[in-house]
Amino acid sequence: MTVDSGNELEQQIAEWRAYMRRRRELHSTDAEELEDHLRDRITELTEAGLHPDEAFLIAVKRMGSLDELSREFAREHSERLWKQLVLTGDAAAAPSSGNRRELVIMIAFAAVAALGIKAPALFGVSMEGPSTFYARNLGLFALAPLAAYFAWRRRLAPAVIGVLAALFAVGAVAANAFPMAEDSQTIVLSAIHLPIALWLVVGVAYTGGDWRNDRRRMDFIRFTGEWFIYFVLIALGGGVLTAFTVGTFSAIGLDAETFVGTWLVPCGAMAAVVVAAWLVEAKQSVIENMAPVLTRVFTPLFTVTLVVLLGAIVWSSSGIDVERDVLIIFDLLLVVVLGLLLYAISARDPAAPAGVFDKVQLALVVTALVIDVLVLAAITGRITEFGFTANKTAALGENLVLLANLSWSAWLFLGFVRGRLPFGRLERWQTRYLVVYAAWAWIVVLVFPPLFSFA
Amino acid sequence: MHITKDLVAASATPLVLGILAEGESYGYAILKQVNELSGGQLEWTDGLLYPLLHRLERLGHVEATWHTPIEGRRRKYYRITDQGLKELAEQRRQWAAVVDTLRGVWNAGASLRPIPAPAWGVAG
Repeated sequence: MTVDSGNELEQQIAEWRAYMRRRRELHSTDAEELEDHLRDRITELTEAGLHPDEAFLIAVKRMGSLDELSREFAREHSERLWKQLVLTGDAAAAPSSGNRRELVIMIAFAAVAALGIKAPALFGVSMEGPSTFYARNLGLFALAPLAAYFAWRRRLAPAVIGVLAALFAVGAVAANAFPMAEDSQTIVLSAIHLPIALWLVVGVAYTGGDWRNDRRRMDFIRFTGEWFIYFVLIALGGGVLTAFTVGTFSAIGLDAETFVGTWLVPCGAMAAVVVAAWLVEAKQSVIENMAPVLTRVFTPLFTVTLVVLLGAIVWSSSGIDVERDVLIIFDLLLVVVLGLLLYAISARDPAAPAGVFDKVQLALVVTALVIDVLVLAAITGRITEFGFTANKTAALGENLVLLANLSWSAWLFLGFVRGRLPFGRLERWQTRYLVVYAAWAWIVVLVFPPLFSFA
Repeated sequence: MHITKDLVAASATPLVLGILAEGESYGYAILKQVNELSGGQLEWTDGLLYPLLHRLERLGHVEATWHTPIEGRRRKYYRITDQGLKELAEQRRQWAAVVDTLRGVWNAGASLRPIPAPAWGVAG
């Protein structure tokens, strides 16, 4: 090999490397690993008597097409590029006309969602007044259009669509057919849990029917966090719009409050559910995952707060004052801790070794667990004394579901921080556990009302 | 002879784990070994080995480290873990079952008669 052809080869390899760098699916370490391979192959071929040019061509060819390679890498490292894993397997970038069509269809779904919430008015169901119709069915109105949107977007098989429709129908029957009193506990529980149950049904649509796949489930968890953030952002904008509408109209002597209360807010909120979902998918590259960023900021703060709280409980040694709602507050605390854990997991490179942040995270989980055990001990005494009601049972059940998840998470996390277990175990535990949430939410919706005789 | 894509994909994990069970190695060397062991009949697309190795790493079956020689480029080495060895043993059991079954079918030869289809089943 002459010096000249050696230089030429280096230049060719440099071009190939630059070409690979343009793929976001491939990190620089992956590119380095592949380049190492390419060079080994070229060396072998030139030693066998090939000219460097030819050796380079053959080595690149044997490496496989870059499209196929990127797709395989994206499949394995979905945390890098989860939004592009549109499950139709279409790897080509959509042309701009396709984007516009998608936008129009998304707007159509949002419009259906917005009008859907007003449909009951045709049958004389008013949004004002004491009826709990809207509270009971909010989950259905909000999430059915979203599930339909994903069914279209992912081109779901008819069988899957049938199952999704059946689940929504079950939810509708449970919310409306049970003779629950207007001010009963079970009606409130049903109104809270039905959206959760249906959100996980939306998850089945989101994953394109491939809901058993752990990677797709993780994608759905990521989606949930980003969707929530977009929804809150839209709600903030909506709040400003509402304030201006009411303010400016009252300045010219017109009362816009009825319009705002019965049209603008409910229709806007329903449409925002679909729009936020679309934004998460479409604008992923504009705002890279926000949930993990917030997680990074708040995990240390929450850890400090909880440690101080624990210290205060121990120092005052007064035990926890068992008010009626205290269990709910601690349930919410566990939800927040679990959320922080989930979004730290979802954005983490599973191959990276344990760092300081992981230790902070572990401290957060352990502190939350200790506090929760104290609360549980206090509350079980209370329940055994005064008996079970629907509210207490639900709060206790939720606490146990979350406690079980966090305890095992803490155990796996400890193994990971000490270098005994791979990070993937923790990830899989969380994705598998989604089924438990779904089961629990459906139990509260379907079993609780008859179990507590609709009280 | 060309081995179909499905078979290549199915055998990839036990092959890689089996080779790594012999000792630490890196991508190119693993590929060369597969090529030699199969007498060149098992053709892999070079690049696709790496997503597979990364998957095994994520699942905890293998561990990876970058080694940098004093001169020359750094290289990523893979080493099998205890969990990987267990997985390999499990895969071996499964493959043995498949191979045994196939052998049973091949050897049965003429003694294996097709089960006659019920009359109503072949109307079309």
